[in-house]
Amino acid sequence: MTDVLDPPIHIEHHDGGHEEHHGATGILNWLTSTDHKVIGMSYTVTSVIMMVIGGAFAEIIRAQLATPNGSLVSLAQYNELFTMHGSVMIYLFAGPFAFGALANIIVPIQIGAPDMAFPRLNALSYWLYLTGSITMLSGFFVAGGAANFGWVAYAPLSNSLNTPGSGADLWIGGLLLTGFSAIFTGVNLCATIFYLRAPGMTMFRMPIFTWNMLVTAILILLAFPVLTAGLIMLYCDRHFGTHIFSVAGGGVPVLWQHIFWFWGHPEVYILALPFFGMVTEVIAVFSRKPVFGYKGMVFATLTIAALSLGVWAHHMFTTGVVLLPFFSIMSLLIAVPTGIKMFNWIGTMWKGQVWFSTAMLMSIGFLFTFLVGGLTGIYLASPPLDFFTHDTYFVVAHFHSIVMALVLGAMSGLYYWGPKITGYLLNERLGKAQFWFLFIGIQVFTFPIYLLGLYGMPRRVAVYPANPQWKALNDLSTLGAVLIGVSTVIFVVNIVVSWKKYPAGDNPWDAQTLEWFTTSPPPHHNFYRLPQIRSERPTWDHNHPEHRTLHHGEHDVDPQVPESEGEHV
Amino acid sequence: MKTEAKVLLGLGTFFGLMCAVYWNWSLENAGGVMMFAGMLLCFLPGSYYFWWSRRMKPRPEDNPQATQTQGAGVVGAFPGSSIFPFVMGMGAFFVVLALVFGIWLLVPGLALVVWALLGGTAEGRRGGHH
Repeated sequence: MTDVLDPPIHIEHHDGGHEEHHGATGILNWLTSTDHKVIGMSYTVTSVIMMVIGGAFAEIIRAQLATPNGSLVSLAQYNELFTMHGSVMIYLFAGPFAFGALANIIVPIQIGAPDMAFPRLNALSYWLYLTGSITMLSGFFVAGGAANFGWVAYAPLSNSLNTPGSGADLWIGGLLLTGFSAIFTGVNLCATIFYLRAPGMTMFRMPIFTWNMLVTAILILLAFPVLTAGLIMLYCDRHFGTHIFSVAGGGVPVLWQHIFWFWGHPEVYILALPFFGMVTEVIAVFSRKPVFGYKGMVFATLTIAALSLGVWAHHMFTTGVVLLPFFSIMSLLIAVPTGIKMFNWIGTMWKGQVWFSTAMLMSIGFLFTFLVGGLTGIYLASPPLDFFTHDTYFVVAHFHSIVMALVLGAMSGLYYWGPKITGYLLNERLGKAQFWFLFIGIQVFTFPIYLLGLYGMPRRVAVYPANPQWKALNDLSTLGAVLIGVSTVIFVVNIVVSWKKYPAGDNPWDAQTLEWFTTSPPPHHNFYRLPQIRSERPTWDHNHPEHRTLHHGEHDVDPQVPESEGEHV
Repeated sequence: MKTEAKVLLGLGTFFGLMCAVYWNWSLENAGGVMMFAGMLLCFLPGSYYFWWSRRMKPRPEDNPQATQTQGAGVVGAFPGSSIFPFVMGMGAFFVVLALVFGIWLLVPGLALVVWALLGGTAEGRRGGHH
């Protein structure tokens, strides 16, 4: 059953094509590399730095809210801070970390490809992302400060009368750049997954992470051009005298909300699906089992993608001009595929030999936190409840449960794939400490603000009435934010302490998918040889022929022992 | 190739149905147009894949019984390292800064973009970094 070809593939090298991994090093390598692993590392480092910057904004916001009449920042600065906190976290961290960093590195290796389909386009994506990030953040250094209209830039607040100054234009420009970066990455991921799979890697043998990245890429292609078009319209309204979003000239302000959320709600799944994929891989590997309900997982992912284009106006229930029943029904339907995923994750762990590594703990933390966010999402999909909680801290708490679950998923992915990317493990003891601070911090941070929302505290306010109950809940939430900050410090300490200290070997987790068949870190063009691919977990089948994956109705009558050449564990 | 086509055509069909229901029920044009465009965006590559999937032999990656030896041969041409993505990125950066700080920034911006386009194309024809 093992048919190991060495080397499995030939890459047509143009003259000097091999120079890359011998020649350029250091800064020149960073500037010129088209290797998906180098680009992915650039993405990883940049996006984690963005997470730290966005997190620092969050800590300032929570410090301001620790007292009812906080004076840490001015009201104007507070507007800039919450705008840039949201923008940095959504546009510059969560998305690029998922589809720029981990997908870039892992997807080609998971499907047995030598690189992404368009390596130079991939490099361009990174440069657009980096310059977009710099553009957006440079708003803090111009007169008038950074953008301050919230991360959603609602018209007419975002027009040139209400928000003059170049900070807002830098925000638009930065988003244009990162938007194109995302579109190019989407094209690249689709082409890679459709055209560069290894022999035998049929679509229904792709790891769930790769499936989720494919669907994410399709959603990027559907959603991001709409945002880019909307931003260009907004810029024209601000500078060229058009009136697309202003009533005065016959325009429609709500049109901006339609356009923004037509991008914005698929964007939620563009953010979430990659982390669903990471968690699926981690739970399967650390439960020593195949993914429970593989096809169900794939169809659930596709269903989420299908529904995601029909739910945007649930962000706009209170505008009074959207079709409430349609959007309510579609939004509630999303709970079905998400529920399937939730049960499949539990089913994967069920009767497995669960190994509570840091990655697994982070994934279990994800399940819990995401469940809280998902369930409160069902409340918000109901218009009467949404009218009651719209623009309160309840909404803030809901989406922070979701995005903080994604942070747990991101950390899970880093602990799981970090060794493959760098060749070195992170310290597990520090990792577990980080998990507990992060997990408890998230709950302490979100639960009080759910209550605050129900008591009526509006979002985006720097000061609030000196009500002792509100102050106590805000203090508790700030304590949670501090715990999350501590967990980030532990993460940084862990990277420093574990720096090149614990060599990982090729397959430290006895994992299942193809990326664990190659060396850590993988060589240029990823593989020296490939195993036979007969199921969705070829590396496991190769390493454990006595427990290989059986297809429906198949009996394992004659397990063959592989030749020794592929043994790595 | 068949599964790829089915995924895209399936999504496109769903978007089409959803668009029909939404547009007729809400009479709201922005969302209707965007959903319709979403449907087209799925049908365009989806029908291309479908057309090809009926006219080509299954590729090794479509064959569940394929051996690694069947994948032997040229997978594709992968360029070596290149400075031009960076040059293009810097060009785009200046173009965007021109939107904010002044039209004169288009001069270095477009110059970098044109240089990157020419250089990248020439490099692609010549065969990568030397």
